[in-house]
Amino acid sequence: MFGATVATAQSIVTDLSQNDVSITANFDGSQIFIFGAVKSAIMPDVNAAPLDVIIEVAGPSAPVEVRKKVHKFGIWVNGPAVEIAQAPVFYSLAGTRPVREILPDEERAKYNIGLDYVVQASDDIAPEYKDALIRIRQERGTFAKLESPVKLSEQTLFTTKVNLPSNLVEGDYTASIYLVRDQAVVASSVSEITVRKAGMERWIYNLAHEKPLIYGLLSLLVALVAGYGASTIFRLMKR
Amino acid sequence: MHIYFPVAEVSVNLFLLLGLGGIVGVLSGMFGVGGGFILTPLLFMVGIPPAVAVATGSNQIVASSLSGVLAHFKRKTVDLKMGLILLIGGLAGAMVGVRIFSYLKELGQVDLFVTLTYVVFLGLIGGLMFVESLNAILKSRSNKPRKKTKHHTWIHGLPFKTRFRTSKLYISVIPPILVGFLVGILSAVMGVGGGFIMVPAMIYILGMPTKVVVGTSLFQIIFVAAFATLMHAMENFTVDALLALVLILSGVIGAQIGTKLGLKLKAEQLRILLALMVLAMCFKLGLGLVLTPGELFSVS
Repeated sequence: MFGATVATAQSIVTDLSQNDVSITANFDGSQIFIFGAVKSAIMPDVNAAPLDVIIEVAGPSAPVEVRKKVHKFGIWVNGPAVEIAQAPVFYSLAGTRPVREILPDEERAKYNIGLDYVVQASDDIAPEYKDALIRIRQERGTFAKLESPVKLSEQTLFTTKVNLPSNLVEGDYTASIYLVRDQAVVASSVSEITVRKAGMERWIYNLAHEKPLIYGLLSLLVALVAGYGASTIFRLMKR
Repeated sequence: MHIYFPVAEVSVNLFLLLGLGGIVGVLSGMFGVGGGFILTPLLFMVGIPPAVAVATGSNQIVASSLSGVLAHFKRKTVDLKMGLILLIGGLAGAMVGVRIFSYLKELGQVDLFVTLTYVVFLGLIGGLMFVESLNAILKSRSNKPRKKTKHHTWIHGLPFKTRFRTSKLYISVIPPILVGFLVGILSAVMGVGGGFIMVPAMIYILGMPTKVVVGTSLFQIIFVAAFATLMHAMENFTVDALLALVLILSGVIGAQIGTKLGLKLKAEQLRILLALMVLAMCFKLGLGLVLTPGELFSVS
């Protein structure tokens, strides 16, 4: 047996079914296929531990305010706001096996893999706030509740599906692929996914934010025309 | 079939929204209320973000009120003079209300404050109207002749008196301006047109005949709601024109049906129906404040 201790240099070739997600009027969520292959420079050692693949899709991160309701004077009112420093607007994880089994916590912390690491709060914040944020986003569907499976065939070809919910937020998303052997990341690659509104949706959104006065007046005009139009039509129908 | 709304940034079933807009339209035509106090909470329930629901609701109210008021103009049941005077107070009040709203937004207590105002006002007005209309119905059943209550109150002692021909009133302009102002504040804070407050205020405080109350209220709501829509569009960017269009198209049809239904019912019956609906909404919102919530946390 030669070179049993030599680490094999491996890299990942990957592609997505789509790099652009267009949010149009009939957008009802989407599904992205992520697939790729493991490229080895040397023939892999037969005795080496099997490879695992972890695929993470994350939306842009931003600080988030979380509030807890408190019981005061017999009713429930919002308590003070607590700021969670960083949380992605979307997060989904997939692995050939449960990610916690594939990678130890130190490695996950190093690469920021898993909700417990991508949602970052300073230490003085009670953990219940972070848990609540994760729970609420999971309920809304923007954080995947369960890890989805990655299919790895012949230790070479991998593929997975990622579901994007209908309440997707615009931004630059990333799909990160990690190749894991013996509880350590041996290779990784990142692809970008751009989520953008398109067509009429884009036009309305831009107008509302860039020319709010014109947009507001247009909205009113639409309302007045529709209101007058309908009553005119009803009057004509009565004749 | 789902539709993605560009400003709300959510995708909601189209038919659900059409049904919702239609029901609110019927109420608007029947009672002369913009329907905002029902539309806004219903929009929260189908997943529209509260700020967008409030602003878009105002836009929808403009259309449904216009469609309703045109029908009332035909029957000459709009007191234009009274409407304009109420409007002067209303616009001033709305401006003050928007200030209060942004202050509460900074404090993070908008939800609570809005819900509390809803519970208090819906409860107060619903209760008042219910008792009053029940008495009226009982009296008419027992066949006692109804007294014409044209008693003189403090309102008749105020200066700047003017004649309101359509309403057959000769009163000072101060009470209508004050009523308009207070309703304007509340409508901006609660994100509604304010008809459900305006209608009873016209009947019980100004003493207007029920017949002209609905049309006059719709008339001034158009302007207050249009003003609120513009403010929201410019300050918060929360008016979703596409969502508004869906609600408007279903709402205007509903309003035509509602106006006809309203004509078939007696004033007392109309009032007791509205009172029951207002009380039901008050109960629903009040329960939400008192019961331990399923989720104690909220994310901005």
